[in-house]
Amino acid sequence: MASTDPVLEAVNAVYIAESRRVLATLIRLLGDFDAAEEALHDSFRAALEQWPRDGIPANPRAWLVSAGRFKAIDSLRRRKRFDPLDEAGNALELAVEDPAAWADRESVEDDRLRLIFTCCHPALSADAQVALTLREVCGLSTEEIARAFLTPAPTLAQRIVRAKAKIRDARIPYQVPTPAELPERLDAVLRVIYLVFNEGYAASSGSSLTRHDVSTEAIRLGRLLVELLPEPEAQGLLALMLLHESRRAARTTETGEVVLLDDQDRSKWDRAQIAEGTRLVERALASRRIGPYAIQAAIAAVHAEAPTAAATDWHEIVGLYDVLRRIEASPVIELNRAVAVAMRDGPAPGLALVDDILGRGDLGEYRLAHAARAELCRRLGKVDDALAAYQRALALTRQEPERRFLERRIAEVSAARSAAGA
Amino acid sequence: MKYLCLVYLETGKLHAVPDRECKACGDQLRGSGVLVAAEALHPTDSATTVRVRNGKLAVTDGPFAETKEQLAGFYLVEAHDLDEAIQIASKIPPAREGSVEVRPVRELNA
Repeated sequence: MASTDPVLEAVNAVYIAESRRVLATLIRLLGDFDAAEEALHDSFRAALEQWPRDGIPANPRAWLVSAGRFKAIDSLRRRKRFDPLDEAGNALELAVEDPAAWADRESVEDDRLRLIFTCCHPALSADAQVALTLREVCGLSTEEIARAFLTPAPTLAQRIVRAKAKIRDARIPYQVPTPAELPERLDAVLRVIYLVFNEGYAASSGSSLTRHDVSTEAIRLGRLLVELLPEPEAQGLLALMLLHESRRAARTTETGEVVLLDDQDRSKWDRAQIAEGTRLVERALASRRIGPYAIQAAIAAVHAEAPTAAATDWHEIVGLYDVLRRIEASPVIELNRAVAVAMRDGPAPGLALVDDILGRGDLGEYRLAHAARAELCRRLGKVDDALAAYQRALALTRQEPERRFLERRIAEVSAARSAAGA
Repeated sequence: MKYLCLVYLETGKLHAVPDRECKACGDQLRGSGVLVAAEALHPTDSATTVRVRNGKLAVTDGPFAETKEQLAGFYLVEAHDLDEAIQIASKIPPAREGSVEVRPVRELNA
């Protein structure tokens, strides 16, 4: 049964709103993730004991930070009785007792940025960056992260333990990068957030196409980053995620079948997310420091603005892909551009571009390249080529709904061929 | 805190960076007070591996393991944190030909 105790509910609400901020500050002061987590835990335990008796404090975060501080001092003193503090311990005690270090809002918000940059430090493996960010910045449990990434919980827990050990042993600093380092380090943070989003948006394996919670978490992270560090590419990434997310209700049927962009019921698109995403794209583009996330978001915005699939401005989209490939040349971008060219100029020129890319051997194992080739062949009436390409895509896909979609297409094209042959 | 920067190079690239450039780098690091020690090594052809098993000495020719890249030298540096150590490592000239492994030095528990 749900609790109706108002104080308990208040503690819960404060935990959700403030626990990550309090943790970020505690990590700075204690210089250790595990000690900070322990102090955070202790401070909320103290709140559960004292708030019912003394009432909810006017500024719960300051109260928790200060409680965490006293708990940390307590634990230091307890340790001191058993073994004398070393130099680092003494410095730590001084830091913990300096109230100025705890107080102002600016340093608290800086702490959250420090935490993000430390969790996404390039000296940690990509897997560890993702796990640590979701655990420490978002506050997800190890079990929740393990479920989202289809990883056994002990493996994930081990990954987090190792990452924390590396932060401690190699002394990965707890700081916001200098302006000179910022572009590269920000890229790493954006990559982690986008990876988390994609894991939720289109799970690369498993039976559910969208794992909503992880995408929501990625958007929350993107929003936090924009709030703390309003860089154009951070805005671009948040816009891109919002614009993709806006199609969630339309991109699968009630039974979980895939619906392609062309066939989606656009009245189901989330207008509020589209409006927010579009505003962010405009702001990012206006900065004149345009990066790949902002351009991809601009492409998503062109789709979002079209009232029907037929009304899509493919000239604009091809133009944006041209800009994108100048900034960041990649075969996947070439493929997406080829599909846009097919929509603008017809399937034959599009197919020629796709065949060029496949001919270079770049995307031979990429299921979407074969799926795109299959669609274009189908539209051109090249039935045998279409079937072969669908089969190739089917062999490469690991996703249940995508598999069913491809099987449906194969059945349709085969049936059309038999009907024509009969 | 000390970090050991281990320089790895493919055999064919052991002399890709001129010695005077490495020396200049060492001098510069020493000048700014971050260098504890730095040396270049002869190739692994000159290496001898020593093992003691059950009190018996065994000496064999060559390195412990054959790898594509070999240890070509090291810089032991003093840095405040990993970011500072990475900055120093990025200025070691062979970083552009091979790779530099940055390892934190562990205090012995004794």
